[in-house]
Amino acid sequence: MKRILIIGATSAIAAACARRWSACAARFFLVARSAERLQQIADDLKVRGAADVACHLLDLNRLDDHAAMLDACMGSMGGIDVALVAHGTLSDQDRCQADAMLAAHEFSTNATSVIAVTTAIAERMRAAGSGTIAVISSVAGDRGRASNYVYGAAKAAVSTFCEGMTARLQARGIHVLTIKPGFVSTPMTENMKLPRILTATPDRVARDIVKAVEHRAHVLYTPWFWRPIMWVVRMVPGFVLRRLSR
Amino acid sequence: MGWGRFPRIAQTAHAVHWRAQLPAVLRGLADRFGTTLPYGAGRSYGDSCLAASDHVIDMKDVDRFIDADWERGLITAEAGATLEQVLSVCIPRGWFLPVAPGTQHVTLGGALANDVHGKNHHVRGTFGCHVTRFGLVRSDRGEIPCSKVENAEWYHATIGGLGLTGIIAWVQLQLMPVRSSLMRVQKTRFGSVDDFFALSAELDATHEYAVAWIDCLAHGKSLGRGVYSVANHAAEGPLTVASRDRRLRVPFVPPIGVVNAVSLRAFNSLYYRRVGQARVDTTVGYEPFLFPLDRIQRWNQLYGARGFQQFQCALPEQHARDAARELLHAIAAGRRGSFLAVMKRCGTVASPGLMSFPMPGVTLALDFPQHAELARSLFPRLDRIVAEAGGRLYPAKDAHMSGENFRLGYPRWQQLEAMRDRTLNSRFWQRVTAT
Repeated sequence: MKRILIIGATSAIAAACARRWSACAARFFLVARSAERLQQIADDLKVRGAADVACHLLDLNRLDDHAAMLDACMGSMGGIDVALVAHGTLSDQDRCQADAMLAAHEFSTNATSVIAVTTAIAERMRAAGSGTIAVISSVAGDRGRASNYVYGAAKAAVSTFCEGMTARLQARGIHVLTIKPGFVSTPMTENMKLPRILTATPDRVARDIVKAVEHRAHVLYTPWFWRPIMWVVRMVPGFVLRRLSR
Repeated sequence: MGWGRFPRIAQTAHAVHWRAQLPAVLRGLADRFGTTLPYGAGRSYGDSCLAASDHVIDMKDVDRFIDADWERGLITAEAGATLEQVLSVCIPRGWFLPVAPGTQHVTLGGALANDVHGKNHHVRGTFGCHVTRFGLVRSDRGEIPCSKVENAEWYHATIGGLGLTGIIAWVQLQLMPVRSSLMRVQKTRFGSVDDFFALSAELDATHEYAVAWIDCLAHGKSLGRGVYSVANHAAEGPLTVASRDRRLRVPFVPPIGVVNAVSLRAFNSLYYRRVGQARVDTTVGYEPFLFPLDRIQRWNQLYGARGFQQFQCALPEQHARDAARELLHAIAAGRRGSFLAVMKRCGTVASPGLMSFPMPGVTLALDFPQHAELARSLFPRLDRIVAEAGGRLYPAKDAHMSGENFRLGYPRWQQLEAMRDRTLNSRFWQRVTAT
C-alpha cells in the first residue's frame, strides 16, 4: 500500500494524479490552503478506493510551518513512499513587471517554498532510505521569455534544484522526478488563450506522471511532444528568441 | 453543437471547477447574457443542450464523488461525473447502474435532466426512478435538496426537466447489485414487426435487457426484419471494469459522410446474416452489449461535416404495432436508410418525472445523415404517424420537432415552464414553446 504525500492537492493536475493512485488503495496525506476544497478532494478519493485520506491546511509560503506539517504527515502515515509537490500560481507577468513586491512574492510561492518543502521531504526520505519525490516544474523554465519570465524564472530554479538533488540522492535510493508539463487546461490557465492542439487535459498529464513515478524517470516532459519542442527552443539562439518571444 | 453535429450553433463555455462556485457563476452569466444553460458531456443530439444565449456552463470538472454506502449501494457524486466513472468504482464492489443508456459517456446531471432509459426499461423504468436525492442550484434561492419528501415539486419537475429548473449540482443514486460484470446474451433473427412483438412477449419477462436492431432498408416481404438481443447479468464471474485503452477513434471529420446508402445496405445485410437462423448464446463483457458504440470514440464524425439527426419516438401500446410498421414502411420507401435503427419495448414502471419521454409501448430510434430533404419530406411524414398514434418524440435526440407536436406529446410542458429558472433557457425550449 503506497503512502502518498501531495502538496497543493487541490490543483487540477495533483487531483488527477491522486485519482489514478486511489484505484490501488493508496493512503494519502493531502496539503492545501482551502479546507472546503480539500475535503471535496478527500471525499472523492475515498469513494474511488483510497485506503485512508488525511488533510492538512497550510499556506506553503509559511516556511516555518513546513516541519510541523511533515511531522503530522509522518504521524499519520508512518512514512512517505511518494511525495508530489504540485502547488503554485500562474504569475501575472504584466503586474509583476510593475510591482517588485508582487514579483518577489510570486517567486517565493513558485520557487522558494517549493525548494524549502522539497528539501525537508528529502531529509525525511533520506532517513528512511527510500522514496520518490515528484516536483511539478514547467516547460516555461527552460527559456526566459518576455511574456512569462517571472513564472519561468521560478520554474527554472525548481528544475535546476531538482536536477542537482536527483544527482545527489540517486546513490541513496531516493528517486527525484522533475515534471515539465506544457499547456494544460486547468483553472490556473483558464484566462489564457492556449493553442488547442498543444493543450492537454490534467488527466492526460497525470497518466504520464503516474507512469514516470513507477518507472523512476528523472525528467518528464508531458505530453511527450514537448521534449522535441523544447529541445528546439533551447537550441534557438538568444537574438532569435528575443524576436519571437513577444 | 450537440452530438448530432446538427444544428451547428457555436457555444461559449464557462467552466466551473467547484460546486460551491455554481450560484455565483449562474448569477454572473445571467447578469451578462440574460440566460445560460448547464452543459455536461454534450451527448444530447440536437439543440436541447445548447443555450438560448449560446453561453453554457461547462460542468465537466464538477465531477467528484461525494459519498458511497457500499452496504446499501447508494452513491452520491457531483453532476458532471460520467456514468463511466460511476461504473468504474461500483463494479469492483458488486454494484451496477440500475439504468444505463446506450453510452456511458453521459453525465449524471444529463442522465437526470433527460430522464434517460436503457435496454431494461421494461423492468426498471427510467434513470429518474433510481435517483433518491439531488441538489438543485436555483438563481432565486441557492442550493436546495430535492427528493420525494423534500421540495418534492422540484424533484418531479427536474427529472426529465431538460436542465431548465436549476443547475443540478449533485445526484444520489440507488445502484443495483450484480454478481459479475459479464452478460449472458442471446440473439435471435426475426423477419417482421409481428415477429418482433412475439419475441418481446416471449423473452422480455425473463431478461433484464431486451433490444432489437432493425434493418430499415429492407422492404416488401422483409420489411421489419432485424435481430432481437436479450441479456442477463451472469450469475457468476469476474467483476472487472472495461478497459479504456482498446478504443478506436475517428480521427477527423471526413468532408462527406461515410454513412451512405451503399455502406448502409452492405452493413445491414451483413449484420442480419451474421446471426444465423438458430438462437445464439454468448457471454460478453457489459461494454460490447450495453455500449457497443463507445468502442469508437467520436463515431458521430462518421456522418461527415453535415452531421446527422436522430429520430426517436415513443408509441403507446395500443397503436404500437401498426404505427411501427407504418414508420418502417415510410422509411424504406424514402430510401434514406438509417445505420442505427433500434426498437425496444417499454414497460409500465412509471417515472417520477413530469416530462419523461418513455411510455408503455414501443420506442423506435433511427439515425439519418443530415439532408435538407429530411425536414422537407421524411420527418413530416414520420411526425404525423407518431402524432396520430398518440406518441411523442424525445427532446434529448431532437433537432426538428414542431412546437405543436411537442405540446401535444408533453401536455404538462406549461408546468415545467412555470418552474423553469428564469436564468436558464435552451435553444430547444425556445423553439418548441414559441407560439
